Amino acid sequence: MYKIAVMGDRDSVYGFATLGMDTFPFTDAEEAGRKLRELAENEYAIVYITEALADKMEAQIDHYREQMLPAIILIPGVSGNTGKGINAVKHSVEQAVGSDIIFGN
Amino acid sequence: MATVNATRMELTRLKGKLVTATRGHKLLKDKRDELMRQFLDLVRVNRALREKVEEGLKNANRNFVLARATMSDEAVSVAFMAPKQEVSVEVDTKNVMSVNVPQFEIKTRTSDENDIYGYGYAFTSSDLDDAVHSLATLQQDMLKLAEVEKSCQLMAAEIEKTRRRVNALEHVMIPEYQANIKYITMKLDEAERSSQIRLMKVKDMMLEEAHHYSEKQNAAPLKD
Repeated sequence: MYKIAVMGDRDSVYGFATLGMDTFPFTDAEEAGRKLRELAENEYAIVYITEALADKMEAQIDHYREQMLPAIILIPGVSGNTGKGINAVKHSVEQAVGSDIIFGN
Repeated sequence: MATVNATRMELTRLKGKLVTATRGHKLLKDKRDELMRQFLDLVRVNRALREKVEEGLKNANRNFVLARATMSDEAVSVAFMAPKQEVSVEVDTKNVMSVNVPQFEIKTRTSDENDIYGYGYAFTSSDLDDAVHSLATLQQDMLKLAEVEKSCQLMAAEIEKTRRRVNALEHVMIPEYQANIKYITMKLDEAERSSQIRLMKVKDMMLEEAHHYSEKQNAAPLKD
């Protein structure tokens, strides 16, 4: 049975605890990267990471991009939407098609 | 093309390879086209879901900020200290054109949806309830987003790989085989013509030896 984790600054993630997800408040990218690796090895199927935190640990996130599990999904935190999440989708389109034909801007 | 053995065996081998490469190219091209079609459908879903989830999270975050404004830090921490609900995910895989994509299904520990409020209501504001509720309504969409976005990532990687293979076959391997086959065919034809000519020449020389045609020919006009 797999679990769901949420990583990010404390204010952005604590609410998810009530839904029964495991929250891991981090602001330091290096610690978060270590934790991410630990989570990936320990039956976490989905890891939601706030955009602000993900910005600082792209290399670690990219590492899991082509593996089936875990699915690492960027979510906006309290500090606002940086557009990084939608950019990740754009990146997929560019990788597959060669140029961005869906978003067109 | 640098060193090709111009032999019949090599020619047969290359022709076989060309047939395989051509068939592989056609199959991979079909795979790429179908993957691309499904990917584009999925990525549109992905975009819509992401916009919905981001909008929802924005509202939820606003509610949480509001809730915190009217409560002390300690009260919030205490309220979230012991969540009642627990979720787990069941992961299934679906095969889309040889890409294994995950299918998530959420399982909650208790079936009562009100169990998301893991705190007594005495010391918390109603804003907090609103905030938690707004987050709870997003849960299904967030799960779906995870599934779709991961699928998109995996398919994008596979499409890229397949496209590389198709291009390598189309622009490198197949032309190379064709050039080599042409080279060997020409080389063999040339060798055949050359041996034919040699045989004719030898025949001429042997006949000359036996009958001395040229001497007779040279002598003939003098007789007339």
